[in-house]
Amino acid sequence: MKIRVLLGLTAALMVIALYMVFIFVPSDAETGVIQRIFYFHVPLAWIAFLAFFVVFGCSIMYLWKRGRKWDILASSSAEVGLVFTTLFLLTGSIWARPVWGVWWTWDSRLTSSLILWIIYLAYFIIRSYISEEGRRARFAAIVGIMGFIDIPIIAMAITLWRTQHPGPVIFEGGLVTEMIWTLIVAIIAFTALYILLFSYRVLVKQDEHELNALKALRR
Amino acid sequence: MIVFAILVIVIFNFAFSGSQQTMVSLTPGMLWVTFAFAGVLSLNRAFIQEKEDNCLEGLMVCPVSRETIYLGKMLGSLFFMLLVEVVVLPVFALLFNVNVISLPLIIITILATLGFVTIGTLFSALAVNTKAREMVLPILFFPIVSPVIISAVSASGRVLGGESWGDIYSWLGIIAAFDIIFLVVAYLVFSVVIDE
Repeated sequence: MKIRVLLGLTAALMVIALYMVFIFVPSDAETGVIQRIFYFHVPLAWIAFLAFFVVFGCSIMYLWKRGRKWDILASSSAEVGLVFTTLFLLTGSIWARPVWGVWWTWDSRLTSSLILWIIYLAYFIIRSYISEEGRRARFAAIVGIMGFIDIPIIAMAITLWRTQHPGPVIFEGGLVTEMIWTLIVAIIAFTALYILLFSYRVLVKQDEHELNALKALRR
Repeated sequence: MIVFAILVIVIFNFAFSGSQQTMVSLTPGMLWVTFAFAGVLSLNRAFIQEKEDNCLEGLMVCPVSRETIYLGKMLGSLFFMLLVEVVVLPVFALLFNVNVISLPLIIITILATLGFVTIGTLFSALAVNTKAREMVLPILFFPIVSPVIISAVSASGRVLGGESWGDIYSWLGIIAAFDIIFLVVAYLVFSVVIDE
């Protein structure tokens, strides 16, 4: 079973990543131990973006080829992406509380991420309001495409808006070698986790379809 | 729609009252919240009547492409929204004693309204085909048009603050880019929404 191998690989990578984050890497000199959340936050953000890129690609493929497979792929990726975006907003918030002194601030990146989160929440709201399958897939694909195209425009507008009124500075540079390695391993581990969760969702959805088809047959 | 927009303005008057200075700084926000709400309301109507009276089927058997139907509906909505704004802007200027009628502001308004209707027409057609109808449009519309709202509010603020053309160019650029990109994309995918 391919998925078993993937599960084992992900688990092993996660253990290594956790070891590196909590034991191997030194604490940040300025912000202290809270900086370690950075090794979760950045991979989560990367996965969120990757997941929505997959949604975008599969949505285009759905509108083009009209195979049910593409809709299953797009919606599974959006589910995992929404979970990761939520986690990445939460870890950012946990980090911001001791460092900036607030849970939330309307900084450019925070605002863009929040809008991204809302767009993909809308993706699922739309899906839940349409019962007919083909239509649900078509409309969701449109939202998936529109939402992704919108991301760079949102980022541009918000950056221009906030650079006029500088917010708190997100710390930049000054990563020592151990930190860079830890970050790389964490990113690989989380990417494996994404692929694993994504594959599980796809499998479950395929089974769901088969079950529904069988049920329809009995009636 | 005009009455709705004026009502929103009157309610803003209760919500925010302050010195002339405060009102000038609040104007861009009030103006664009009014336009965005009035816009969602009118865009919601754009396809509900078509659906209820089966007019959409009539349009679809016309010997024109789906894309032409999109352009027609989009231009129609654009016309009605601009009509609302033509009435609302002077009323706003009168009630709040703020000079909101100037060439830069009119250009911002036209560009931003175009952005509203390009995406709004597509999502409106999408929303009437879902179970929740009126609920769906705002959920899709507001996050997607957020760059237009941000840019329009910031640019209007700069115009009212007496800044020169150079300061609003970058904002106008973002709105124009949004208009062009989404006009093309919505034009291309519209047939996916209305074809059964």
